[in-house]
Amino acid sequence: MHEMALCESLLQAMEEAGRTNRFTRVRRVRLEIGRFAGVEVEALRFGFDVVMRGSLAEGAELVVQEVPGRGWCFGCNDTVPLEHRLDSCPRCGGDRIQPSGGTEMTIKDLEVE
Amino acid sequence: MCTVCGCSGATVGDKDHHHGHDDHDHHHHDSGVLDYGAGPAHAHAPGLSQTRMVEIERGILSKNDSYAADNRALFERRGIFAVNLLSSPGAGKTTLLVATLTALAGRWPVGVIEGDQQTSNDAERIRATGAPAVQINTGKGCHLDAHMVGHAMESLPTLDDGVLFIENVGNLVCPAAFDLGEAKRVVLLSLTEGEDKPLKYPDIFAGADLVLITKADLVPHLDVDLGAIDRALARVNPRAETLLVSSRDGAGMAGWLGWLEARRRDALRTLAAQAEARAAALRAAVAE
Repeated sequence: MHEMALCESLLQAMEEAGRTNRFTRVRRVRLEIGRFAGVEVEALRFGFDVVMRGSLAEGAELVVQEVPGRGWCFGCNDTVPLEHRLDSCPRCGGDRIQPSGGTEMTIKDLEVE
Repeated sequence: MCTVCGCSGATVGDKDHHHGHDDHDHHHHDSGVLDYGAGPAHAHAPGLSQTRMVEIERGILSKNDSYAADNRALFERRGIFAVNLLSSPGAGKTTLLVATLTALAGRWPVGVIEGDQQTSNDAERIRATGAPAVQINTGKGCHLDAHMVGHAMESLPTLDDGVLFIENVGNLVCPAAFDLGEAKRVVLLSLTEGEDKPLKYPDIFAGADLVLITKADLVPHLDVDLGAIDRALARVNPRAETLLVSSRDGAGMAGWLGWLEARRRDALRTLAAQAEARAAALRAAVAE
């Protein structure tokens, strides 16, 4: 989706962290992106290179760790692992599932100088 | 001074006052339009020092989320029931709002925030009903964010104990990720869009409290399978309520207005209970 907007938010977050933690250069960024976060990692990488140009994170390495999907199955009344958003419940085969994990978009840590 | 981001002296009423900060940049016109299309690129001076790790552990959209929390606090303080309306372009958000505002006919204080990439056409349509409206032009942006909404609130009347409708940019993808501080999310799906839209764009439908199936007056002219829409919706959002409406002939509008009334009542009762509990605690604190 809006990968450019995500990259701009990411840059803002890094600039804030730079002011708080006193760094002026970001070498590496580690993100956790949930399987159901709606983020296209390739588009994110493209947007990252463009948005970071001229910033404290220009040329930084982007590391994306995928977080597996989970859903709340209304049939089982329990959390079950989900491969795809529209999969049926792997346990009961039911279709009434609300994704409950794998929607996160988190900045884990930064390697800075 | 701007209460949202602290930007100095800027209101929508200012004449073409342009201001930029390190984290946001926008243009205030005198025509009730907030313009986010322009702004210089970020500029930073790299420095030199030793490499180290900094733990951050925060959401990428945490900035938006903190603005959304500020908006939500403002809405709760003023008893404003805020509704975020989302859909693809042309599903009938503005037409629904015009019909809704006309039907409400001054029953509650109402205000509208209109989001579009360009033009103030929608805000003008809303103002023609007598309701105050502020237009946000997102420029290149594909969604409203909470910071824009916070600024837009500065140019609306106070709306105490009223209803705020936020009409998002017509887009079934990006607006899903941006919390605006709303109490409820309403997604519109018009009958001409195809029964499988919820499966194709699951994020936006997964976040909906209510799905309004619009343009119900077209049913006789289409080969649309309403059951298939319900099944598709149930796959991505088992909790969402659905209502079939036509802004054109008014069918189903009573159900939609009833939904608004009931949800607003619930929200205001919750706020009243919280206020009473606080008042009781304060009284107890001075009783001894």
